[in-house]
Amino acid sequence: MARKSRLKSAEERTGYLYTSPFFLVFAVFGLFPIVYTVWVAFHQWDPFGDPTWIGMDNFVALADDPRLWIAIRNTFSIWILSTVPQLVMALFLAWMLNHSRIRGNTFWRSLILVPNITSVVAVAVVFGQLFGRDYGMVNWLLTVLGFSPIDWVNGTLSSHILISFMVIWRWTGYNALIYLAAMQAVPEDLYEAAEVDGASKFRQFISITIPQIRPTLIFTVIVSTIGGLQIFAEPLILDGQGYGGGVSRQFSTVTLFMFEQGFSRFEYGYASAIAIVLATIVVAFSILNFLVVRRIQKA
Amino acid sequence: MSSVESVQGIPNKDQSGLRSRRIRWHHYIFLTSVALASFFPFYWMFVISSNDSSAVAKIPPVVVPGGNFLQSIETVNSIINFSVPLLNSLFVASVVALSQVFFSTLAGFAFAKLRFRGKNALFLFILATMMIPTGLGIIPFYFMMSNLGLINTLASVILPGLTTAFGVFWMRQTIDGGVPDELIEAARIDGASNFMVYRKVVMPAIAPTATVLGLFAFLAAWNDFMWPLLSLNSPENFTVQVAVRQLRSAYFIDYSVQMTGAFLATVPLLILFALVARRMVAGVMAGAIKG
Repeated sequence: MARKSRLKSAEERTGYLYTSPFFLVFAVFGLFPIVYTVWVAFHQWDPFGDPTWIGMDNFVALADDPRLWIAIRNTFSIWILSTVPQLVMALFLAWMLNHSRIRGNTFWRSLILVPNITSVVAVAVVFGQLFGRDYGMVNWLLTVLGFSPIDWVNGTLSSHILISFMVIWRWTGYNALIYLAAMQAVPEDLYEAAEVDGASKFRQFISITIPQIRPTLIFTVIVSTIGGLQIFAEPLILDGQGYGGGVSRQFSTVTLFMFEQGFSRFEYGYASAIAIVLATIVVAFSILNFLVVRRIQKA
Repeated sequence: MSSVESVQGIPNKDQSGLRSRRIRWHHYIFLTSVALASFFPFYWMFVISSNDSSAVAKIPPVVVPGGNFLQSIETVNSIINFSVPLLNSLFVASVVALSQVFFSTLAGFAFAKLRFRGKNALFLFILATMMIPTGLGIIPFYFMMSNLGLINTLASVILPGLTTAFGVFWMRQTIDGGVPDELIEAARIDGASNFMVYRKVVMPAIAPTATVLGLFAFLAAWNDFMWPLLSLNSPENFTVQVAVRQLRSAYFIDYSVQMTGAFLATVPLLILFALVARRMVAGVMAGAIKG
Protein backbone atom coordinates (compact mmCIF):
# COMPACT_ATOMS: atom_id res chain seq x y z
CA MET A 1 0.00 0.00 0.00
CA ALA A 2 2.74 2.39 1.02
CA ARG A 3 4.65 1.37 -2.08
CA LYS A 4 1.65 1.98 -4.28
CA SER A 5 1.03 5.48 -2.94
CA ARG A 6 4.70 6.29 -3.38
CA LEU A 7 4.45 5.20 -6.97
CA LYS A 8 1.36 7.31 -7.42
CA SER A 9 3.04 10.39 -6.01
CA ALA A 10 5.95 9.79 -8.35
CA GLU A 11 3.47 9.76 -11.21
CA GLU A 12 1.93 12.95 -9.87
CA ARG A 13 5.29 14.66 -9.75
CA THR A 14 6.03 13.59 -13.31
CA GLY A 15 2.62 14.90 -14.39
CA TYR A 16 3.32 18.32 -12.93
CA LEU A 17 6.87 18.34 -14.24
CA TYR A 18 5.85 17.48 -17.81
CA THR A 19 3.05 20.06 -17.95
CA SER A 20 4.95 22.82 -16.15
CA PRO A 21 6.81 24.30 -19.18
CA PHE A 22 3.54 25.54 -20.67
CA PHE A 23 2.41 27.15 -17.43
CA LEU A 24 5.80 28.73 -16.89
CA VAL A 25 5.92 30.26 -20.37
CA PHE A 26 2.28 31.34 -20.14
CA ALA A 27 2.69 32.93 -16.70
CA VAL A 28 5.73 34.96 -17.76
CA PHE A 29 4.90 35.89 -21.37
CA GLY A 30 1.10 35.70 -21.35
CA LEU A 31 -0.58 36.25 -18.02
CA PHE A 32 1.78 38.73 -16.40
CA PRO A 33 1.77 41.26 -19.29
CA ILE A 34 -2.03 41.10 -19.55
CA VAL A 35 -2.62 41.74 -15.84
CA TYR A 36 0.00 44.47 -15.93
CA THR A 37 -1.77 46.11 -18.90
CA VAL A 38 -4.77 46.85 -16.68
CA TRP A 39 -2.45 48.57 -14.19
CA VAL A 40 -0.69 50.63 -16.86
CA ALA A 41 -4.04 51.70 -18.38
CA PHE A 42 -4.88 53.68 -15.23
CA HIS A 43 -1.69 55.73 -15.46
CA GLN A 44 -0.19 58.58 -17.36
CA TRP A 45 2.81 56.50 -18.40
CA ASP A 46 5.56 57.48 -20.82
CA PRO A 47 9.34 57.03 -21.07
CA PHE A 48 10.08 60.58 -19.84
CA GLY A 49 8.83 60.65 -16.26
CA ASP A 50 7.45 58.57 -13.40
CA PRO A 51 4.04 57.01 -14.05
CA THR A 52 1.16 58.93 -12.43
CA TRP A 53 -2.12 57.37 -11.39
CA ILE A 54 -4.93 59.12 -13.29
CA GLY A 55 -7.84 56.75 -12.70
CA MET A 56 -10.26 56.50 -15.63
CA ASP A 57 -8.83 59.52 -17.49
CA ASN A 58 -7.38 57.45 -20.34
CA PHE A 59 -10.73 55.80 -20.94
CA VAL A 60 -12.61 59.10 -20.74
CA ALA A 61 -10.22 60.62 -23.27
CA LEU A 62 -10.58 57.57 -25.50
CA ALA A 63 -14.37 57.84 -25.58
CA ASP A 64 -13.93 61.35 -27.00
CA ASP A 65 -11.12 60.44 -29.38
CA PRO A 66 -12.38 60.35 -32.99
CA ARG A 67 -9.35 58.27 -33.92
CA LEU A 68 -10.69 55.39 -31.82
CA TRP A 69 -14.10 55.54 -33.48
CA ILE A 70 -12.54 55.67 -36.93
CA ALA A 71 -10.41 52.66 -36.01
CA ILE A 72 -13.46 50.75 -34.71
CA ARG A 73 -15.41 51.56 -37.87
CA ASN A 74 -12.51 50.42 -40.07
CA THR A 75 -11.97 47.24 -38.07
CA PHE A 76 -15.59 46.16 -38.39
CA SER A 77 -15.80 47.17 -42.03
CA ILE A 78 -12.69 45.14 -42.93
CA TRP A 79 -13.86 42.25 -40.78
CA ILE A 80 -17.22 41.97 -42.57
CA LEU A 81 -15.77 42.55 -46.05
CA SER A 82 -13.18 39.84 -45.52
CA THR A 83 -15.03 37.22 -43.47
CA VAL A 84 -18.34 36.90 -45.31
CA PRO A 85 -17.04 36.35 -48.88
CA GLN A 86 -14.18 34.23 -47.54
CA LEU A 87 -16.40 31.74 -45.71
CA VAL A 88 -19.00 31.60 -48.50
CA MET A 89 -16.30 30.94 -51.09
CA ALA A 90 -14.63 28.37 -48.83
CA LEU A 91 -17.95 26.52 -48.49
CA PHE A 92 -18.44 26.47 -52.23
CA LEU A 93 -14.89 25.34 -52.85
CA ALA A 94 -15.17 22.55 -50.27
CA TRP A 95 -18.46 21.40 -51.79
CA MET A 96 -16.77 21.32 -55.18
CA LEU A 97 -13.83 19.29 -53.88
CA ASN A 98 -16.12 16.89 -52.07
CA HIS A 99 -18.83 16.39 -54.64
CA SER A 100 -17.18 16.12 -57.98
CA ARG A 101 -15.26 13.11 -59.06
CA ILE A 102 -12.05 14.94 -59.77
CA ARG A 103 -8.65 13.39 -60.10
CA GLY A 104 -5.68 14.38 -57.99
CA ASN A 105 -7.25 15.14 -54.61
CA THR A 106 -3.99 15.90 -52.82
CA PHE A 107 -2.84 18.08 -55.69
CA TRP A 108 -5.85 20.41 -55.53
CA ARG A 109 -5.92 20.45 -51.75
CA SER A 110 -2.24 21.39 -51.61
CA LEU A 111 -2.66 24.16 -54.17
CA ILE A 112 -5.44 25.89 -52.25
CA LEU A 113 -3.37 25.72 -49.06
CA VAL A 114 -0.33 27.46 -50.62
CA PRO A 115 -1.59 31.02 -49.89
CA ASN A 116 -1.91 30.19 -46.21
CA ILE A 117 1.79 29.42 -45.80
CA THR A 118 2.76 32.81 -47.24
CA SER A 119 3.64 35.61 -44.83
CA VAL A 120 1.36 38.62 -44.43
CA VAL A 121 4.33 40.83 -45.27
CA ALA A 122 4.88 39.23 -48.68
CA VAL A 123 1.14 39.23 -49.41
CA ALA A 124 0.84 42.92 -48.56
CA VAL A 125 3.81 43.82 -50.78
CA VAL A 126 2.36 41.94 -53.77
CA PHE A 127 -1.21 43.17 -53.36
CA GLY A 128 -0.02 46.72 -52.74
CA GLN A 129 1.70 46.62 -56.12
CA LEU A 130 -1.15 44.88 -57.99
CA PHE A 131 -3.60 47.49 -56.69
CA GLY A 132 -1.25 50.42 -57.28
CA ARG A 133 -2.93 53.60 -58.49
CA ASP A 134 -0.83 54.40 -61.55
CA TYR A 135 0.78 51.17 -62.70
CA GLY A 136 -1.11 48.40 -60.91
CA MET A 137 -2.48 45.57 -62.98
CA VAL A 138 -5.95 45.84 -61.42
CA ASN A 139 -6.39 49.44 -62.49
CA TRP A 140 -5.01 48.65 -65.92
CA LEU A 141 -7.65 45.91 -66.30
CA LEU A 142 -10.33 48.34 -65.10
CA THR A 143 -9.38 50.89 -67.75
CA VAL A 144 -9.23 48.24 -70.44
CA LEU A 145 -12.78 47.23 -69.49
CA GLY A 146 -13.85 50.87 -69.73
CA PHE A 147 -14.03 51.73 -66.03
CA SER A 148 -12.11 54.56 -64.45
CA PRO A 149 -9.09 53.60 -62.33
CA ILE A 150 -9.44 53.58 -58.53
CA ASP A 151 -7.07 55.07 -55.96
CA TRP A 152 -7.29 51.89 -53.86
CA VAL A 153 -5.00 52.84 -50.97
CA ASN A 154 -6.28 56.36 -50.47
CA GLY A 155 -10.01 55.68 -50.54
CA THR A 156 -11.76 54.47 -47.39
CA LEU A 157 -13.97 51.72 -48.76
CA SER A 158 -11.51 50.85 -51.52
CA SER A 159 -8.64 50.40 -49.05
CA HIS A 160 -10.88 48.17 -46.92
CA ILE A 161 -11.65 46.10 -50.02
CA LEU A 162 -7.96 45.86 -50.85
CA ILE A 163 -7.10 44.65 -47.32
CA SER A 164 -10.01 42.20 -47.48
CA PHE A 165 -8.61 40.78 -50.71
CA MET A 166 -5.38 39.98 -48.88
CA VAL A 167 -7.22 38.25 -46.04
CA ILE A 168 -9.54 36.39 -48.41
CA TRP A 169 -6.66 35.24 -50.60
CA ARG A 170 -4.73 33.94 -47.61
CA TRP A 171 -7.52 32.16 -45.72
CA THR A 172 -10.14 30.84 -48.18
CA GLY A 173 -8.27 27.64 -49.03
CA TYR A 174 -7.51 26.88 -45.39
CA ASN A 175 -11.17 27.23 -44.41
CA ALA A 176 -12.21 25.18 -47.45
CA LEU A 177 -10.06 22.29 -46.22
CA ILE A 178 -11.65 22.52 -42.77
CA TYR A 179 -15.12 22.44 -44.34
CA LEU A 180 -14.06 19.60 -46.63
CA ALA A 181 -13.00 17.51 -43.63
CA ALA A 182 -16.38 18.14 -42.00
CA MET A 183 -18.28 17.37 -45.23
CA GLN A 184 -16.51 14.03 -45.57
CA ALA A 185 -17.91 13.02 -42.20
CA VAL A 186 -21.52 13.53 -43.37
CA PRO A 187 -23.15 10.10 -43.77
CA GLU A 188 -23.53 9.22 -47.45
CA ASP A 189 -27.01 7.70 -47.04
CA LEU A 190 -28.48 11.12 -46.22
CA TYR A 191 -27.60 12.23 -49.75
CA GLU A 192 -28.84 8.97 -51.22
CA ALA A 193 -32.22 9.38 -49.55
CA ALA A 194 -32.43 12.97 -50.80
CA GLU A 195 -31.49 11.83 -54.28
CA VAL A 196 -34.29 9.27 -54.22
CA ASP A 197 -36.70 12.02 -53.16
CA GLY A 198 -35.56 14.02 -56.16
CA ALA A 199 -33.87 16.85 -54.23
CA SER A 200 -31.64 19.07 -56.34
CA LYS A 201 -27.93 19.48 -55.57
CA PHE A 202 -28.57 22.95 -54.24
CA ARG A 203 -31.40 21.68 -52.04
CA GLN A 204 -29.12 18.92 -50.70
CA PHE A 205 -26.46 21.47 -49.90
CA ILE A 206 -28.92 23.66 -47.95
CA SER A 207 -30.86 20.91 -46.19
CA ILE A 208 -28.17 18.31 -45.53
CA THR A 209 -24.63 19.67 -45.82
CA ILE A 210 -25.10 22.95 -43.96
CA PRO A 211 -26.95 21.51 -40.91
CA GLN A 212 -24.55 18.55 -40.73
CA ILE A 213 -21.39 20.64 -40.64
CA ARG A 214 -22.82 23.37 -38.43
CA PRO A 215 -20.40 22.85 -35.49
CA THR A 216 -17.53 23.41 -37.94
CA LEU A 217 -19.23 26.48 -39.41
CA ILE A 218 -19.61 27.95 -35.93
CA PHE A 219 -15.98 27.16 -35.18
CA THR A 220 -14.73 28.98 -38.28
CA VAL A 221 -16.98 31.98 -37.66
CA ILE A 222 -15.65 32.34 -34.10
CA VAL A 223 -12.02 31.92 -35.16
CA SER A 224 -12.42 34.44 -38.00
CA THR A 225 -14.06 36.88 -35.60
CA ILE A 226 -11.30 36.68 -33.00
CA GLY A 227 -8.63 36.96 -35.70
CA GLY A 228 -10.43 39.54 -37.84
CA LEU A 229 -11.10 42.00 -35.05
CA GLN A 230 -7.38 42.06 -34.25
CA ILE A 231 -6.26 42.71 -37.84
CA PHE A 232 -3.05 44.67 -37.87
CA ALA A 233 -0.25 43.45 -40.14
CA GLU A 234 -2.00 43.99 -43.48
CA PRO A 235 -2.87 47.68 -42.84
CA LEU A 236 0.54 48.29 -41.26
CA ILE A 237 2.48 47.12 -44.30
CA LEU A 238 0.04 48.68 -46.74
CA ASP A 239 0.86 52.04 -45.20
CA GLY A 240 4.54 51.46 -45.82
CA GLN A 241 5.82 54.16 -43.52
CA GLY A 242 4.20 54.31 -40.11
CA TYR A 243 1.45 53.12 -37.83
CA GLY A 244 -1.11 55.70 -38.96
CA GLY A 245 -3.12 53.49 -41.32
CA GLY A 246 -3.05 55.80 -44.34
CA VAL A 247 -2.86 59.55 -44.76
CA SER A 248 -6.38 60.15 -43.44
CA ARG A 249 -6.41 57.11 -41.11
CA GLN A 250 -8.71 55.47 -43.64
CA PHE A 251 -7.49 51.97 -42.78
CA SER A 252 -6.28 52.45 -39.20
CA THR A 253 -7.56 49.52 -37.11
CA VAL A 254 -7.91 49.26 -33.32
CA THR A 255 -4.77 47.15 -32.97
CA LEU A 256 -2.84 49.47 -35.26
CA PHE A 257 -4.04 52.46 -33.22
CA MET A 258 -2.75 50.74 -30.07
CA PHE A 259 0.63 50.20 -31.72
CA GLU A 260 0.76 53.79 -32.89
CA GLN A 261 0.11 55.15 -29.40
CA GLY A 262 2.45 52.67 -27.70
CA PHE A 263 5.43 52.50 -29.99
CA SER A 264 5.35 55.64 -32.04
CA ARG A 265 3.92 58.17 -29.56
CA PHE A 266 5.15 56.33 -26.45
CA GLU A 267 1.85 56.91 -24.65
CA TYR A 268 1.99 53.59 -22.82
CA GLY A 269 -1.00 54.27 -20.56
CA TYR A 270 -3.22 55.38 -23.43
CA ALA A 271 -2.13 52.41 -25.57
CA SER A 272 -2.94 50.03 -22.71
CA ALA A 273 -6.41 51.54 -22.42
CA ILE A 274 -6.89 50.86 -26.15
CA ALA A 275 -5.78 47.26 -25.55
CA ILE A 276 -8.49 46.87 -22.92
CA VAL A 277 -11.14 48.37 -25.23
CA LEU A 278 -10.03 45.91 -27.92
CA ALA A 279 -10.19 42.96 -25.52
CA THR A 280 -13.67 44.03 -24.42
CA ILE A 281 -14.85 44.16 -28.04
CA VAL A 282 -13.42 40.72 -28.79
CA VAL A 283 -14.89 39.14 -25.65
CA ALA A 284 -18.27 40.82 -26.21
CA PHE A 285 -18.38 39.47 -29.74
CA SER A 286 -17.40 35.98 -28.65
CA ILE A 287 -20.27 36.01 -26.13
CA LEU A 288 -22.64 37.41 -28.74
CA ASN A 289 -21.58 34.65 -31.13
CA PHE A 290 -22.23 32.10 -28.44
CA LEU A 291 -25.69 33.49 -27.62
CA VAL A 292 -26.76 33.68 -31.26
CA VAL A 293 -25.56 30.13 -31.84
CA ARG A 294 -27.41 28.85 -28.78
CA ARG A 295 -30.56 30.56 -29.95
CA ILE A 296 -30.29 28.97 -33.36
CA GLN A 297 -29.74 25.59 -31.78
CA LYS A 298 -32.89 25.93 -29.70
CA ALA A 299 -35.02 26.99 -32.60
CA MET B 1 -3.99 10.59 -50.82
CA SER B 2 -3.74 7.55 -48.60
CA SER B 3 -2.09 9.55 -45.84
CA VAL B 4 -4.99 11.99 -45.81
CA GLU B 5 -7.41 9.15 -45.35
CA SER B 6 -5.37 7.33 -42.73
CA VAL B 7 -4.93 10.43 -40.58
CA GLN B 8 -8.63 11.09 -40.59
CA GLY B 9 -9.72 7.51 -40.41
CA ILE B 10 -12.46 8.26 -42.88
CA PRO B 11 -12.92 6.28 -46.05
CA ASN B 12 -12.46 8.09 -49.30
CA LYS B 13 -15.94 8.90 -50.48
CA ASP B 14 -14.83 10.13 -53.83
CA GLN B 15 -14.32 6.54 -54.79
CA SER B 16 -17.18 4.89 -52.94
CA GLY B 17 -19.19 5.20 -56.12
CA LEU B 18 -22.55 4.78 -54.45
CA ARG B 19 -23.90 7.94 -55.99
CA SER B 20 -23.49 8.66 -59.61
CA ARG B 21 -21.06 11.49 -60.10
CA ARG B 22 -19.99 12.49 -63.52
CA ILE B 23 -16.72 14.22 -64.24
CA ARG B 24 -17.73 17.67 -65.31
CA TRP B 25 -15.43 19.88 -67.28
CA HIS B 26 -16.66 23.07 -65.58
CA HIS B 27 -15.47 21.67 -62.23
CA TYR B 28 -11.99 21.48 -63.64
CA ILE B 29 -12.23 24.99 -65.05
CA PHE B 30 -13.39 26.32 -61.70
CA LEU B 31 -10.70 24.50 -59.72
CA THR B 32 -8.02 25.49 -62.21
CA SER B 33 -8.94 29.16 -61.86
CA VAL B 34 -8.84 28.87 -58.05
CA ALA B 35 -5.44 27.21 -58.33
CA LEU B 36 -4.19 29.95 -60.68
CA ALA B 37 -5.44 32.62 -58.30
CA SER B 38 -3.63 30.85 -55.46
CA PHE B 39 -0.42 30.78 -57.38
CA PHE B 40 -0.53 34.05 -59.26
CA PRO B 41 0.98 36.30 -56.52
CA PHE B 42 4.08 34.10 -56.39
CA TYR B 43 4.46 34.30 -60.14
CA TRP B 44 3.94 38.05 -59.92
CA MET B 45 6.66 38.44 -57.29
CA PHE B 46 9.04 36.76 -59.69
CA VAL B 47 7.88 38.84 -62.67
CA ILE B 48 8.47 42.12 -60.87
CA SER B 49 11.75 41.09 -59.27
CA SER B 50 13.18 39.69 -62.50
CA ASN B 51 12.47 42.89 -64.42
CA ASP B 52 14.22 46.18 -63.85
CA SER B 53 12.58 48.98 -61.88
CA SER B 54 11.37 50.80 -64.98
CA ALA B 55 9.28 47.77 -66.07
CA VAL B 56 7.02 48.28 -63.06
CA ALA B 57 5.95 51.61 -64.50
CA LYS B 58 4.86 50.39 -67.92
CA ILE B 59 1.38 50.45 -69.39
CA PRO B 60 0.26 47.82 -70.27
CA PRO B 61 2.07 45.99 -67.44
CA VAL B 62 4.93 43.64 -68.17
CA VAL B 63 3.61 40.13 -67.47
CA VAL B 64 6.53 37.87 -68.24
CA PRO B 65 9.73 37.34 -66.23
CA GLY B 66 12.78 39.31 -67.36
CA GLY B 67 16.47 38.62 -67.06
CA ASN B 68 17.19 40.96 -64.20
CA PHE B 69 16.65 38.63 -61.23
CA LEU B 70 20.30 38.29 -60.15
CA GLN B 71 20.75 42.03 -60.50
CA SER B 72 17.76 42.57 -58.20
CA ILE B 73 19.21 40.19 -55.62
CA GLU B 74 22.44 42.17 -55.72
CA THR B 75 20.51 45.41 -55.15
CA VAL B 76 18.71 43.88 -52.17
CA ASN B 77 21.98 42.56 -50.77
CA SER B 78 23.59 45.96 -51.08
CA ILE B 79 20.85 47.35 -48.78
CA ILE B 80 20.54 44.41 -46.39
CA ASN B 81 22.75 41.35 -46.69
CA PHE B 82 19.77 39.07 -47.08
CA SER B 83 21.54 35.86 -46.09
CA VAL B 84 21.69 37.21 -42.52
CA PRO B 85 17.91 37.46 -41.99
CA LEU B 86 17.44 34.15 -43.84
CA LEU B 87 19.81 32.40 -41.45
CA ASN B 88 18.30 34.17 -38.43
CA SER B 89 14.82 33.06 -39.44
CA LEU B 90 16.00 29.52 -40.09
CA PHE B 91 17.55 29.42 -36.62
CA VAL B 92 14.56 30.96 -34.81
CA ALA B 93 11.97 28.83 -36.63
CA SER B 94 13.94 25.60 -36.12
CA VAL B 95 14.42 26.17 -32.39
CA VAL B 96 10.75 27.12 -31.95
CA ALA B 97 9.58 24.07 -33.94
CA LEU B 98 11.76 21.58 -32.05
CA SER B 99 10.88 23.09 -28.71
CA GLN B 100 7.15 23.13 -29.41
CA VAL B 101 7.19 19.51 -30.51
CA PHE B 102 9.13 18.46 -27.40
CA PHE B 103 7.14 20.41 -24.79
CA SER B 104 3.75 19.81 -26.44
CA THR B 105 4.18 16.06 -26.73
CA LEU B 106 5.56 15.86 -23.19
CA ALA B 107 2.62 17.79 -21.73
CA GLY B 108 0.19 16.01 -24.07
CA PHE B 109 1.50 12.67 -22.81
CA ALA B 110 1.01 13.75 -19.18
CA PHE B 111 -2.53 14.99 -19.82
CA ALA B 112 -3.51 11.91 -21.82
CA LYS B 113 -1.86 9.11 -19.90
CA LEU B 114 -0.63 10.13 -16.43
CA ARG B 115 -2.78 10.54 -13.33
CA PHE B 116 -2.28 13.61 -11.19
CA ARG B 117 -4.53 15.81 -9.11
CA GLY B 118 -6.12 18.79 -10.86
CA LYS B 119 -5.33 17.38 -14.30
CA ASN B 120 -8.70 18.18 -15.85
CA ALA B 121 -8.85 21.67 -14.39
CA LEU B 122 -5.34 22.42 -15.66
CA PHE B 123 -6.25 21.18 -19.13
CA LEU B 124 -9.40 23.30 -19.22
CA PHE B 125 -7.29 26.28 -18.18
CA ILE B 126 -4.99 25.68 -21.17
CA LEU B 127 -8.01 25.58 -23.49
CA ALA B 128 -9.28 28.85 -22.02
CA THR B 129 -5.95 30.60 -22.68
CA MET B 130 -6.48 30.00 -26.41
CA MET B 131 -9.30 32.57 -26.40
CA ILE B 132 -7.09 35.41 -25.14
CA PRO B 133 -6.28 38.07 -27.76
CA THR B 134 -2.56 37.76 -28.42
CA GLY B 135 -1.63 41.42 -28.70
CA LEU B 136 -3.35 42.43 -25.49
CA GLY B 137 -0.30 42.59 -23.22
CA ILE B 138 2.15 43.96 -25.78
CA ILE B 139 3.06 47.14 -23.84
CA PRO B 140 4.11 45.47 -20.55
CA PHE B 141 5.55 42.63 -22.62
CA TYR B 142 7.87 45.18 -24.17
CA PHE B 143 8.79 46.61 -20.74
CA MET B 144 9.58 43.14 -19.45
CA MET B 145 11.77 42.16 -22.41
CA SER B 146 13.49 45.49 -22.11
CA ASN B 147 14.18 45.00 -18.37
CA LEU B 148 15.51 41.52 -19.07
CA GLY B 149 17.89 43.07 -21.60
CA LEU B 150 16.43 40.92 -24.39
CA ILE B 151 15.27 43.65 -26.78
CA ASN B 152 17.03 43.28 -30.13
CA THR B 153 18.06 39.65 -29.47
CA LEU B 154 16.86 36.52 -31.22
CA ALA B 155 16.12 35.09 -27.75
CA SER B 156 13.32 37.63 -27.39
CA VAL B 157 11.47 36.14 -30.36
CA ILE B 158 12.24 32.52 -29.45
CA LEU B 159 11.26 32.49 -25.76
CA PRO B 160 7.53 33.34 -26.07
CA GLY B 161 7.12 30.67 -28.76
CA LEU B 162 8.69 27.76 -26.83
CA THR B 163 5.31 26.19 -26.16
CA THR B 164 1.71 26.96 -27.13
CA ALA B 165 -1.73 26.03 -25.82
CA PHE B 166 -2.73 24.78 -29.25
CA GLY B 167 0.25 22.41 -29.41
CA VAL B 168 -0.46 20.92 -25.97
CA PHE B 169 -4.16 20.55 -26.81
CA TRP B 170 -3.52 18.90 -30.16
CA MET B 171 -0.88 16.48 -28.84
CA ARG B 172 -3.09 15.50 -25.90
CA GLN B 173 -5.90 14.60 -28.31
CA THR B 174 -3.48 12.73 -30.57
CA ILE B 175 -1.85 10.72 -27.78
CA ASP B 176 -5.20 10.03 -26.12
CA GLY B 177 -6.60 8.49 -29.29
CA GLY B 178 -3.42 7.15 -30.88
CA VAL B 179 -1.51 5.29 -28.13
CA PRO B 180 -3.27 2.25 -26.54
CA ASP B 181 -3.04 2.04 -22.73
CA GLU B 182 -2.00 -1.62 -23.00
CA LEU B 183 1.17 -0.63 -24.83
CA ILE B 184 2.08 1.74 -22.02
CA GLU B 185 1.25 -0.81 -19.32
CA ALA B 186 3.39 -3.41 -21.06
CA ALA B 187 6.35 -1.03 -21.16
CA ARG B 188 5.89 -0.22 -17.47
CA ILE B 189 5.86 -3.92 -16.56
CA ASP B 190 9.16 -4.18 -18.37
CA GLY B 191 10.41 -1.52 -15.96
CA ALA B 192 10.31 1.52 -18.23
CA SER B 193 10.27 4.93 -16.53
CA ASN B 194 7.73 7.57 -17.58
CA PHE B 195 10.30 9.25 -19.76
CA MET B 196 11.22 5.92 -21.39
CA VAL B 197 7.54 5.32 -22.08
CA TYR B 198 7.35 8.77 -23.66
CA ARG B 199 10.44 8.23 -25.77
CA LYS B 200 10.06 4.58 -26.81
CA VAL B 201 6.28 4.12 -26.95
CA VAL B 202 4.50 7.44 -27.31
CA MET B 203 6.80 9.32 -29.67
CA PRO B 204 7.14 6.57 -32.32
CA ALA B 205 3.36 6.12 -32.33
CA ILE B 206 2.54 9.79 -32.91
CA ALA B 207 5.59 10.86 -34.94
CA PRO B 208 3.61 11.78 -38.10
CA THR B 209 1.27 14.15 -36.30
CA ALA B 210 4.08 15.57 -34.16
CA THR B 211 5.95 16.33 -37.39
CA VAL B 212 2.97 18.29 -38.71
CA LEU B 213 2.87 20.26 -35.46
CA GLY B 214 6.55 21.04 -35.95
CA LEU B 215 5.91 22.21 -39.52
CA PHE B 216 3.09 24.50 -38.42
CA ALA B 217 5.29 25.91 -35.66
CA PHE B 218 8.13 26.46 -38.14
CA LEU B 219 5.85 28.30 -40.58
CA ALA B 220 4.30 30.43 -37.84
CA ALA B 221 7.72 31.41 -36.48
CA TRP B 222 9.08 32.12 -39.96
CA ASN B 223 6.09 34.35 -40.76
CA ASP B 224 5.86 35.99 -37.32
CA PHE B 225 5.94 39.73 -37.69
CA MET B 226 4.36 41.82 -34.93
CA TRP B 227 6.76 41.17 -32.06
CA PRO B 228 9.96 40.74 -34.13
CA LEU B 229 9.25 44.14 -35.72
CA LEU B 230 9.17 45.78 -32.30
CA SER B 231 12.09 43.90 -30.80
CA LEU B 232 14.65 43.49 -33.56
CA ASN B 233 16.10 46.83 -34.59
CA SER B 234 19.55 46.23 -36.00
CA PRO B 235 20.12 44.49 -39.34
CA GLU B 236 22.31 41.72 -37.93
CA ASN B 237 19.32 40.55 -35.86
CA PHE B 238 16.54 40.95 -38.43
CA THR B 239 14.33 38.02 -39.31
CA VAL B 240 13.16 37.83 -42.93
CA GLN B 241 9.78 39.48 -42.33
CA VAL B 242 11.39 42.44 -40.57
CA ALA B 243 13.92 42.72 -43.38
CA VAL B 244 11.18 42.82 -46.03
CA ARG B 245 9.28 45.44 -44.06
CA GLN B 246 12.51 47.44 -43.82
CA LEU B 247 12.99 47.27 -47.59
CA ARG B 248 9.42 48.50 -48.02
CA SER B 249 9.89 51.46 -45.69
CA ALA B 250 13.21 52.52 -47.20
CA TYR B 251 12.38 51.81 -50.83
CA PHE B 252 8.68 52.56 -50.83
CA ILE B 253 8.74 53.49 -54.47
CA ASP B 254 10.96 50.70 -55.79
CA TYR B 255 8.74 47.66 -56.13
CA SER B 256 11.36 45.46 -57.75
CA VAL B 257 13.50 45.73 -54.59
CA GLN B 258 10.52 45.02 -52.29
CA MET B 259 9.29 42.12 -54.37
CA THR B 260 12.73 40.53 -54.53
CA GLY B 261 12.85 40.63 -50.72
CA ALA B 262 9.36 39.16 -50.46
CA PHE B 263 10.29 36.49 -53.00
CA LEU B 264 13.46 35.53 -51.13
CA ALA B 265 11.49 35.37 -47.88
CA THR B 266 8.85 33.10 -49.42
CA VAL B 267 10.84 30.68 -51.58
CA PRO B 268 12.22 28.62 -48.64
CA LEU B 269 8.64 28.07 -47.45
CA LEU B 270 7.49 27.05 -50.92
CA ILE B 271 10.30 24.50 -51.13
CA LEU B 272 9.47 23.17 -47.67
CA PHE B 273 5.78 23.05 -48.57
CA ALA B 274 6.45 21.17 -51.80
CA LEU B 275 8.17 18.46 -49.75
CA VAL B 276 5.48 18.11 -47.09
CA ALA B 277 2.25 19.40 -48.69
CA ARG B 278 0.48 16.07 -48.27
CA ARG B 279 1.17 15.97 -44.54
CA MET B 280 0.19 19.61 -44.07
CA VAL B 281 -3.13 19.10 -45.84
CA ALA B 282 -3.76 16.02 -43.71
CA GLY B 283 -2.84 17.99 -40.59
CA VAL B 284 -5.20 20.88 -41.34
CA MET B 285 -8.05 18.47 -42.06
CA ALA B 286 -7.37 16.27 -39.03
CA GLY B 287 -7.19 19.31 -36.75
CA ALA B 288 -10.54 20.41 -38.14
CA ILE B 289 -12.27 17.21 -37.11
CA LYS B 290 -10.89 17.27 -33.60
CA GLY B 291 -11.46 20.98 -33.16
